[in-house]
Amino acid sequence: MTSRTAIALGCSAGGLAALQCVLPALDKRLVVPVVVCCHTGSADVSLLVELLARVSALPVVEATERATADPGVIYVAPSGYHLLVEPNAHFSLSVDARVTYARPSIDVLFETAADAWQSGLVAVLMTGANSDGAHGLKAVRKAGGYAIVENPETATSDVMPRAGLDIAGADACLPLDQIAQRLNELCMP
Amino acid sequence: MDVEDIEIELFIRAMQRRHGYDFDNYAPASLKRRVLQLVRTHDAGTISELNRRLLHEDGFVARIIEGLSVPVSEMFRDPPVFRALRDKVLPMLASYPEINIWQAGCAHGQEVYSLAILLEEAGLYDRTRIYATDFNEAALQIAAEGIYATRDARDWSRNYLEAGGLKSFSDYYSARYEFIKIDQRLRRNVTFFNHNLVTDEVFCEAHLILCRNVLIYFNNTLQDHTLALFRDSLVRGGFLCLGTRENIDFSPAAACFVDIDAGLRIYQAATSAVRPMAR
Repeated sequence: MTSRTAIALGCSAGGLAALQCVLPALDKRLVVPVVVCCHTGSADVSLLVELLARVSALPVVEATERATADPGVIYVAPSGYHLLVEPNAHFSLSVDARVTYARPSIDVLFETAADAWQSGLVAVLMTGANSDGAHGLKAVRKAGGYAIVENPETATSDVMPRAGLDIAGADACLPLDQIAQRLNELCMP
Repeated sequence: MDVEDIEIELFIRAMQRRHGYDFDNYAPASLKRRVLQLVRTHDAGTISELNRRLLHEDGFVARIIEGLSVPVSEMFRDPPVFRALRDKVLPMLASYPEINIWQAGCAHGQEVYSLAILLEEAGLYDRTRIYATDFNEAALQIAAEGIYATRDARDWSRNYLEAGGLKSFSDYYSARYEFIKIDQRLRRNVTFFNHNLVTDEVFCEAHLILCRNVLIYFNNTLQDHTLALFRDSLVRGGFLCLGTRENIDFSPAAACFVDIDAGLRIYQAATSAVRPMAR
């Protein structure tokens, strides 16, 4: 089996509940970084970080520019900035224009993460009311990464997963409660 | 190697050898996104086509520079920062008979005018000179005009009040249909000019430097180079204000700055009396 080196998750409307379902079920022995881009509409992402840290066995922090994406840590994109992964697996930020009305944009995270981690990346696109992330997911698959899309039937808002399936397709289309298990299987040492 | 990555390398070489712009030490991921955006904007198809036009077409480089330094900002962006400048920094600047402020990477000028309003309300503007620089000539022209979309003014008005503004934001502009024009009196002590942080030198003795969300596009080497330039441009005890999510932990030059408000990224150049903390 291909060894996977990183996980990137994207979600929007309904995202908090989805993350609260997936992140706690991640195995705490996971040896890959987990990077989350969730549109919150809030000026500060610290509340989201706190809510997720409360339920997750893995540490949850806001992603810091220039810092390395360390294994076993969950990173959340800060509000108002695009979060990018540089080729050496460091984070960088940008305040470039919104992409599909969003900053942070899932497309930006997925596309740069695909460049950085190539076939090592597992990307997950979940609930959301717009199509951000779909083109990013396509880039992930083009680079040989593994794409998981939440089953639109279980998604709070199905626009985002449907756009993902339409534009990129998926290696697996799973109900919300099976996503973590698949990630554990793909990323355990 | 990925074809696009090779094309980006050639793009960087073309900018450097043909036009004297050095993008070698930009953070690769955001640079690549911007170059690919330029390919779409100019309907070029490939980066190689962009490179061809860059090498052969007169004047094309200016349009590339416009696209490579995408100036996205707002008035009083991050209001707590402007409140802290008002409450903590300006009172200390007030002791100088003349105040020099360098706004580095001024883009479309929103922060320049925010700063001018702050200084005006603190009664300091008449003895202040603001040097507003950017390497994007088109952006500088827009900044000097001070014309913005009316739809942005409502958000900016809220920012202004959150930043502790004493009047009404609308006192500082006139509205015409879908545009607002900033009161030209706010321009009276601003000098706009072209300066490239990568290649240009120290040009003033500044008491305060604002450079928010510019260094995030630079790699560690260029970030350090620029922080050293700021250090050398500041008077002893001068202030530096960066973007609220910037990280200077990897820069040796940053060792000479002490925290005034670390969370808001406001620093002071160490005076002889205050030794910097070891990093």
